Amino acid sequence: MRLIIDKSGPFTHAPVSVQRIMATVILALVPATLFNIGLFGWPALFLFVVTVGSCVAVEAACLMLAKRPVKPVLTDNSAILTGWLYAMSLPPWAPWWTGTLGAVFAIALAKHVFGGLGQNVFNPAMVARVALLVSFPVQMTLFVAPHPIFGAGSPGFVESLAITFGPGATDAVSAASALGYVKNELARGIPVADTLKQLSREALDPGLRHLPDLMDLAIGFKAGSLGETSALLVLLGGLFILARGIISWHIPVAVLGSLFLFGTVFHAIDPTRYAPGYFHILSGAAILGAFFIATDYVTSPVSKSGQLVFGAGIGALTWLIRTYAGYPEGMAFAVLLMNALAPIIDQHFKPRAFGRTRKGDPLPIAKGEP
Amino acid sequence: MKLFPIRGGIHPAYRKQATAEKAIVALLPLPARLYLPLQQHMGAAAEALVQPGDRVKKGQLLGRGVGPVSAAVHAPTSGRIAQVAELTAPHPSGLPQLTIVLEPDGQDEWAELAPPIADPFAADPKAIKERVAQAGIVGMGGATFPSSVKLDLGTRLKLEILLLNGAECEPYLTCDDRVMREHPSEVIDGARIMAHALGAPRIVIAIERNKPQALDAMRLAASAFPAIEVVDVPVQYPMGSERHLTQAITGQETPARKLTADLGVVVHNVATARAVHHAVRFGRPLLSRVVTVSGGAVKEPKNVEAPLGTPVADLIDFCGGLSETPKRLVSGGPMMGQPLPSSEVPVVKGTSGILALTTAEANERPTQPCIRCGTCVTICPCGLVPVEMAAHIRKDDLDGAAAWGVMDCVSCGSCSYICPSYIPLVHYFNYAKGRITAQDRERRKQDEVKRLAEARAARLEKQAQAKREAAARKAQAESPAP
Ligand code: SF4
Ligand code: SF4
Repeated sequence: MRLIIDKSGPFTHAPVSVQRIMATVILALVPATLFNIGLFGWPALFLFVVTVGSCVAVEAACLMLAKRPVKPVLTDNSAILTGWLYAMSLPPWAPWWTGTLGAVFAIALAKHVFGGLGQNVFNPAMVARVALLVSFPVQMTLFVAPHPIFGAGSPGFVESLAITFGPGATDAVSAASALGYVKNELARGIPVADTLKQLSREALDPGLRHLPDLMDLAIGFKAGSLGETSALLVLLGGLFILARGIISWHIPVAVLGSLFLFGTVFHAIDPTRYAPGYFHILSGAAILGAFFIATDYVTSPVSKSGQLVFGAGIGALTWLIRTYAGYPEGMAFAVLLMNALAPIIDQHFKPRAFGRTRKGDPLPIAKGEP
Repeated sequence: MKLFPIRGGIHPAYRKQATAEKAIVALLPLPARLYLPLQQHMGAAAEALVQPGDRVKKGQLLGRGVGPVSAAVHAPTSGRIAQVAELTAPHPSGLPQLTIVLEPDGQDEWAELAPPIADPFAADPKAIKERVAQAGIVGMGGATFPSSVKLDLGTRLKLEILLLNGAECEPYLTCDDRVMREHPSEVIDGARIMAHALGAPRIVIAIERNKPQALDAMRLAASAFPAIEVVDVPVQYPMGSERHLTQAITGQETPARKLTADLGVVVHNVATARAVHHAVRFGRPLLSRVVTVSGGAVKEPKNVEAPLGTPVADLIDFCGGLSETPKRLVSGGPMMGQPLPSSEVPVVKGTSGILALTTAEANERPTQPCIRCGTCVTICPCGLVPVEMAAHIRKDDLDGAAAWGVMDCVSCGSCSYICPSYIPLVHYFNYAKGRITAQDRERRKQDEVKRLAEARAARLEKQAQAKREAAARKAQAESPAP
């Protein structure tokens, strides 16, 4: 019996795969996604399907153009996940082309131009979101109040087709997302605290008004993108992938911790100007960003210390942008900025090698009790 | 005893149940031919002392160790030397190696052996080291470093602990487990003799918790000796790595480029201790070893006490043969073992296991791009960043890989095992380590040549200078003083 020897060991392998990792992350997103599609009705479903489908199609097209085998890459589920995350960052009643155009940005420009899976510097879903936000600020910030899928007053199937695929029909029903609302009100001279008190009631379906503010934010009966309106379900999904060992706690805890810290400290200094820490964490896509977007493997540091620095940076930048810059939702920008720094962080925050000091010199021999 | 945590590591599927309850059985009948490579150890190959046609007896010296790091080779049974020739060695390279071929005569007739050392604890440590060297004993956990050389560390360093390695953290392997269960007193006696030779006052025997019977047996056998502690260590691959086991027991990290002995700890394998017992108490050289024959393609997995030189094919036949063509044939454990090019190679001193692994067990898949998941970084027990090292090696940037610490890699295989993209990381690292070592050797050689050339130039220059000065002095002497 002769055997080929083409590699050294090990000759056993953990039952893991890229496909399986991606699929597990997608699974973790399913509850929040279903809830939100239910909350925002048919248009949300149409947009979601168009976005994910576009990402897969663009991925296939890019592979064909590059003359690379399509099937093994397409089945790694990464394009689906990118599309999914991007879809969750869109206003649910945005027109279909925001999904398709975003797919081109995410998959073709942010991913394949850099060399495909594993090579990209920037988080593809966030590249798409920011590109679209900057180019089409109106469509990308036109949030609607919840319109449960079979609720009274919600658009029916055909009507919904018109919303998603027709020429911009959403003006009448627009409502600001919580963050945008606070910002607008502040601009009008209304203190943050007062805005917070009535927040979400403004945007709510009358029947749901008995819920307290904080719970609204957490559970998600409020205007916003698919991923930002149900912090609790997103958090559950995040804890699921944490428990499955797909992500570690470092990035989410660092992101949310620093965001909370900045919010709390400044709120204590001047509650009329700054929103409290819990508000920052429960609103916008903070939880989605912390668990699902900042933790994107390819664009985050590989070492635990590096991940803490990276996450803390995202939290801090998110707070800065939300508080001072023109865009109420700062997470996407913050993630992209820290993505750019990730390679440098990787260079400087390595684990300490066995038998060496942090600087890399051999440890001195400790004399005494072994 | 207080244990200390070790960083990283993995929990592979252990698959030990196939042989854990199989008592050690002797290989019978003897194979038609035994193949004894003259190099079954780290260091210089032994030198053959026999010719084809010679009649030899069991235990007779066939090959003598050469130089300071080498090991003797003996006849595992009586018979006739059929051949001394270059034959395929049990090594992935498949390169031939000088091998003595012995045809057993079936008599199993002993040669005259060295006399037992009556009271080893009163004997000069030197005498014990000599006996271990004569017996051709090497590290039987797989490292195959000549044991006598390792026992000599006590002359240079002050040692505190003999750490007996019974972790057996590799999947499938149960040979050490069985040796500890079935021959605990022999292991303990060997350990005590080794500790005496080393001048180490304490003995710690470390066994992973998944071997409760071995722990019980060893504890019972050790109970009479207060200097011995039997410790159950967590099940965590690579607990059996010398440096990591030392850290688990003492809490100390062995500094880079140093030995555990620099911390006062010398690690030996349990099977080695048993071999030392045989050598010292009975004058018996190392003639056989326990091999775990397992893997999904083997019909009746077993723990076999096999004479050294037994062809792997004979061993597999003894275990009922193969149920299918294996995907991989491995000598040792699946994590750090060597792939075998064929079943014609022999069992050698370091062969702890012969594994015929099915496609499902090997679970090899096409490599996908690295997704930078960082798992390899999290689990590397040496605190390295495999993903960066591999990226540099792929760009043929060996200096970059070295700067990321590739030379500190112990090739434990954890990173390759866990990589979701099935990147053969260890394969890259072994390649890089080989290249860098060769480059260093080359560089040192060049430096030496340069140094010699410079020294010569300096010498010539000095001579010329002396000549010039002499001429100048002469000229000065000749010219009249002002
Ligand atoms: S485990 Fe594999 S895929 Fe993950 S970072 Fe390491 S090399 Fe890349
Ligand atoms: S880099 Fe080396 S030491 Fe670290 S896990 Fe991989 S093989 Fe083991």
